[in-house]
Amino acid sequence: MSTTPVTRRDFLKLAGAASALATGACTAPPDEIVPYVKPRAIADGIAQFYATAMTMQGRAVGLLVQSDMGRPTKIEGNPAHPSSLGSTGAFEQASILELWDPARSRTLRHRGVPATREALAAEWRRTLAALEARDGEGLRILTGYVGSATLRAQLAGIAKKHPAMRLHEWEPLHRDNSLEGARLAFGRRVDCAYRFEAADVVVAIDADPLGAGPGWVRHARDFASRRAPQSMGRLYAIETFPSITGSMADHRVALAPAAIRQWLLGLDAALRGETSTALPLVMAAARDLLAHRGRALVIAGESLPPAAHAIVHRMNARLGAPGNTVSYLPPVSGVACAESIKTLSEDMRAGRVRALLVLGGNPAYDAPSDYDFSGALAKVPMSAHVSLYEDETSAACAWHVPRAHYLEEWSDATAHDGTASIVQPLVAPLYGGISVHEAAAMLEDESASPRELVMRALRLEGDAWRTALRDGVVASSAPTPLALAARDVAFTPVDASGWTAAFRPDAAVHGGEFAPNAWLQELPRPESKLVWDNAAYVSPASASQLGVKNGDLIEVSVAGRKVRAPAWILTGHADGTITLPLGYGRERAGPVGSHVGFDAYPLRAAATPWDVACTVTREGGARALAATQLHTSMEGRDPAKRMTLADALSGHAAAHGEKPTESLYPAWPYESYRWAMAIDLNACIGCNACTVACQAENNIPTVGKEEASRGRSMHWIRVDRYEEGGAVLHQPVPCMQCEDAPCEAVCPVGATVHDSEGINVQVYNRCVGTRFCSNNCPYKVRRFNFFHYSAGPGERPVEGSNPQVTTRMRGVMEKCNYCLQRITRARLQADKEDRRIAEGDVVTACQAACPTKAITFGDMADPASAVAQVKRSPRGYTLLEELNTRPRTTYLARVANPNPEAGP
Amino acid sequence: MSALYGVMAELADEKALLAAAREARDAGWSGVEAYSPFPVEGLAETLAPRASRLPFFVLLFGIFGGAAGYFLQWYTAVISYPINVGGRPLHSWPEFIPVTFETTVLFAALAAVIGMIAGNGLPRLRHPLFDAPHFDLATRNRFFLCLRGDAPRFDEERARGFLESLRPIRVIEVAA
Amino acid sequence: MSSEVLRGRWGYASVTDKIADLVLRRRTHWLWALGFGIAGTLTLVFLGGIVWLFAVGVGIWGVNIPVAWGFAIVNFVWWIGIGHAGTFISAFLLLLRQKWRNSINRFAEAMTLFAAGIAGMWPILHLGRPWFFYWLVPYPDVMNVWPQWRSPLVWDFFAISTYLTVSLLFWYVGLIPDLATLRDRAHGVWRRMIYGFLALGWRGEARHWARFETAYLLLAGLAAPLVISVHSIVSLDFAIGNTPGYHSTIFPPYFVAGALFCGFAMVLVIAIPMRRFLRLEDFITIRHLDNAAKILLATGLLVAYGYGMEVFTAFYSGDEYEIAIALDRMKGFYAPVYWTLICLNVVVPQILWWRRARRSVATLFAVGILVNIGMWLERFMIVESSLAHDFLPSAWRPFIPTGWDWAMLAGSVGLFALFFLAFVRLLPALSIFEMRELVEEEKEGEVA
Repeated sequence: MSTTPVTRRDFLKLAGAASALATGACTAPPDEIVPYVKPRAIADGIAQFYATAMTMQGRAVGLLVQSDMGRPTKIEGNPAHPSSLGSTGAFEQASILELWDPARSRTLRHRGVPATREALAAEWRRTLAALEARDGEGLRILTGYVGSATLRAQLAGIAKKHPAMRLHEWEPLHRDNSLEGARLAFGRRVDCAYRFEAADVVVAIDADPLGAGPGWVRHARDFASRRAPQSMGRLYAIETFPSITGSMADHRVALAPAAIRQWLLGLDAALRGETSTALPLVMAAARDLLAHRGRALVIAGESLPPAAHAIVHRMNARLGAPGNTVSYLPPVSGVACAESIKTLSEDMRAGRVRALLVLGGNPAYDAPSDYDFSGALAKVPMSAHVSLYEDETSAACAWHVPRAHYLEEWSDATAHDGTASIVQPLVAPLYGGISVHEAAAMLEDESASPRELVMRALRLEGDAWRTALRDGVVASSAPTPLALAARDVAFTPVDASGWTAAFRPDAAVHGGEFAPNAWLQELPRPESKLVWDNAAYVSPASASQLGVKNGDLIEVSVAGRKVRAPAWILTGHADGTITLPLGYGRERAGPVGSHVGFDAYPLRAAATPWDVACTVTREGGARALAATQLHTSMEGRDPAKRMTLADALSGHAAAHGEKPTESLYPAWPYESYRWAMAIDLNACIGCNACTVACQAENNIPTVGKEEASRGRSMHWIRVDRYEEGGAVLHQPVPCMQCEDAPCEAVCPVGATVHDSEGINVQVYNRCVGTRFCSNNCPYKVRRFNFFHYSAGPGERPVEGSNPQVTTRMRGVMEKCNYCLQRITRARLQADKEDRRIAEGDVVTACQAACPTKAITFGDMADPASAVAQVKRSPRGYTLLEELNTRPRTTYLARVANPNPEAGP
Repeated sequence: MSALYGVMAELADEKALLAAAREARDAGWSGVEAYSPFPVEGLAETLAPRASRLPFFVLLFGIFGGAAGYFLQWYTAVISYPINVGGRPLHSWPEFIPVTFETTVLFAALAAVIGMIAGNGLPRLRHPLFDAPHFDLATRNRFFLCLRGDAPRFDEERARGFLESLRPIRVIEVAA
Repeated sequence: MSSEVLRGRWGYASVTDKIADLVLRRRTHWLWALGFGIAGTLTLVFLGGIVWLFAVGVGIWGVNIPVAWGFAIVNFVWWIGIGHAGTFISAFLLLLRQKWRNSINRFAEAMTLFAAGIAGMWPILHLGRPWFFYWLVPYPDVMNVWPQWRSPLVWDFFAISTYLTVSLLFWYVGLIPDLATLRDRAHGVWRRMIYGFLALGWRGEARHWARFETAYLLLAGLAAPLVISVHSIVSLDFAIGNTPGYHSTIFPPYFVAGALFCGFAMVLVIAIPMRRFLRLEDFITIRHLDNAAKILLATGLLVAYGYGMEVFTAFYSGDEYEIAIALDRMKGFYAPVYWTLICLNVVVPQILWWRRARRSVATLFAVGILVNIGMWLERFMIVESSLAHDFLPSAWRPFIPTGWDWAMLAGSVGLFALFFLAFVRLLPALSIFEMRELVEEEKEGEVA
């Protein structure tokens, strides 16, 4: 996986040299540079992996990045990293496209005109010299949550040099409420790290710990470890919006935000011993929690006010959670974002800000709408914005500085549990970007290289540095959890009537920072399967109250500010509430992300970041939305099977009905490996990480909204969503690799045939495009290049693609082939070592990425292999078994573990 | 006499032609040809009693076409390019039947047409008869009986006399 | 005196002159020119569609996943169905010695050829990479790969190419004596040369006629099962598949009946204006139209039986997918299509029980048009609704045609019309020698 320190250092020297060449030139090179790499890697073409980490909102997921001949092509999780354990989410997977995105900024600009780095440095020198007399008063730096010790040290250094300067922080998806809630409960701000593997009973109150936020990948893994029937935990979810966490819950109640606060108070009362309440599920949940003291956990979502968080801390204390199922860690940030951005806006408007450095972020787009951040920014004489794209904030600042991607820079990062890791560059900046550290260094007259800054900040050198670099984590750097006592805090929720607008991060573009990423734009949102758009989500009852159907426009207004949005009906959404996903309607998000969807930020004031009373009116007209799945009912066909815990424990078979065993033809003999896959529906949370991982691994193109709305998405593994009786089931569907494949028999040219190990392969060169195979595929896993999608906009340049996978031309069919190239890679290695391919040598891209390890893959000819063992489970079943296609991909049924006391 | 293709009587209808052909046969004439704008029943049997070999030829080619079609499928699927297609046996004979049927019909049909054209000595774009006056009516409404000049024991005077005895519209001399 | 299949007093000469002069002497009628102009324009639309299709890909159509087969396959099946009546008339009615066949076989065969030719284009246009269509042909190549014989598409390829070849041969063999007639009656040198070349030097010798008749009869004998096989094999494109709504053993006879139904409807649609504008009422009499209408009625009943059996077998099988597709057709997204086609194909033809309707030219023309539309809708319904609603509910998605889909369908109708209008000006629309035979059989020969 990693290389020896010597060769590693050689590479870094060369990468550094290339970086210096690229950024030292007078103007950025017209084309992306491909850095020089070790000749050995070129000669044998074997991919290398380097450890690094990707940070979002101050918390990082550790990664191993695949480098093919010096070019980063694929991202995997770092098994040694506590936030990853080898898995990743969709954002991490899609960040490889961000690296290569040709729409990324390449030019340093001063008021729109290309300028040089020296000119910027000179401007800073002039500005700082002018501010020197007043100790730097008027100098401001705006960052997001800072997860990098290096940057913290740099900022501290600047503050020391300019004592009167001020630092500000703004994250659109900030954690002000939980941090303030901790302060109310404990007297200090803390971050919570949850330990789902230790929790028998979890109550998530408007929280989505399995689907978003710091540590979610790890949470999902730990949660899945408690879904095995033998050690099955129970999850209650009370929420407004049908989140991923809610979809996995054994009990779920959809409530409007105000009702959720009442519910929380009800639970608190029940835990304190009050025995009657009219609120659904409260008594059952409370009894369940109390019965599992020390193994129970209550989680409050960010949308709850600080006092509610404080109450939840008190509940957890009562349930014996601290130290068992939750631990408290030093916080990511010491300031309240809303307060910080407010001060900055007011100071800018009053002319008190002379110079502003914005490191990342996009406040001109996502700052609270009541502060008119962009308007205030115009009054700052010297402003500079360091960002990957020329976005809304870049346009509002005097200077725009192209930022190096995290795969191009030296830095460090902090995991959700506080573990430190090093961010190392895999490639010299492709488009001449500079890192935030270099940008900050301009203000502190620092001449040390970013790498030296990182070494200094982490206090690492020599072997310790090299080991940390290789492993991707700094050994035993996780902070000791804080032992804190929770106080009683009073909480009186405000009663609300009428409509509520709720703001949520979008599952694909997050707060808007991923809007330029075509893979994410085209990633079906778990709840709605919409792509390339956001929509105002409403419940069926609310929709009929408003008289709208999917796509009909509504107008949501809050305090005179209005947003027009297309409605989309979600079963499982709370009545009376409209969820408005953030991150859309961007003006400057490149060719991919601009003018997509509607912008909900104008409704979002600093005081009401997550929900607010609103008025809703039906507008005329409709907007065509693209969804990749139009039908979520199973129609009694049970493609995604469910069983009760009792049945699962007693070994009841999930498959029912007649099993066809006879075939007209004798079985085809497979003498060596028999590759097979099993997907555990009880573990799958529907997060889509597999879909993006597959897209990155197999060079799968995007098709755009118009094509997606015609049903032409190209994903080789899709995640079907079924809703049945209030339950949600996620079913990833890759190719079933049927042994008696119906697709193959109907191809007139033999373009899809079986290989000797039982994989149904697609021969692109031979395909003439009759599409008969797709018609005859009962699982509809085949994807067709109706146009030349691989040459379309938003794709990686060929240098960034997986060199072991052909890109497909128009007119040919494609589909999942169990990552055949990975099998080949393992086979080559095994052949060199004169042995069979061993268990674990082949890990498919979807399997590797899966946060819950729902996917098992291997050689089922070996009875001891994991996949063979999993397939023997009584929960195992075959999709559409009655067709007797004999798929190699099979499923394990979902298990429900409802509280017998809770009623239906 | 070698400059003469034959002597020909132009007749008004198919009955006259059939009667003339019978008389010529009964009179022992050889090298008798009869031309009509549509097939006249009994005429060919009168002039050439031997049954046509065309059906046999067509049958032969049909069998050959079917065998060749099946062989092609078997050879390519089992010997030349054996590959696992959807777990089906290499020799999936039931699925080879449609193509076998089609090649049978194709070869038989081609044999029928080619056999007919070749048996009739066609194509022959130039022919002495085309220069004969009035022969263009052979494809409209006139019927012709021709005694070939190259027949053994042909005598132009006798032939003309025989044709005149049929009371034709006219007797035409056809140059070779 | 006149009979039912030949009206008025016609002799060998007059019947020959009448039909041959349609080609050789008749001046261009302004209606013909107008029709030719419209057909030509539509053909250009078709060609434009093909150019754009080849330039950017089949994505210009409404095809998607799950409905990967769109108008191209619907049009293919529709056209190949229309291309059935001609050979059926020529072959079956010849074998059954139906003398009313003589005056309609020629143009019906021409219709067959044009329709089958256009039908044959669709599967090629349908391909994702149409320039590689020849990979369905078995030929030795360097990669040693061959067609995959288990695929109904390969069967289709053989069936269509054989059918086209045999139909063309049948038509051409029948044309040889008439080409000789044109050769002998044409005035211009070029015409004489061209018709003469095509006539191969036909002289009408008795032994030639005998071989000709043998060959013609053998061809009829071969073409008869071929006609049945072609649409049977086309139906296997669907029936071999496992898609609910496709996977049905009734498909071969059901498709053949549908093809004849549609084909005879097209014969009426063509014969009625043709006999009017070319003044062929004496040859294509009310009796002919009446007979065609009876076949239309009979095949229509077979088709109706097919519809009934489809629904019956779906429920009788107890297969939940088949039942779902049967119900979806009646109640789902495509329900308007289903009920329209039931109306056009089952209800409308029942009017033909009435002798008055069968003898009303306007009624027959209207029924012909409606049945053609109905049969197109039937193919649309089979192809699209089944795919849109198969096994996994998550994959359900309707097919919605684009402007290109409609333009190319209209364009192919234009191309068909263009071919047919050219045909009536260049070749005898009725078989002259067989009309002379008919005159002979009617015993009313005029001796000139």
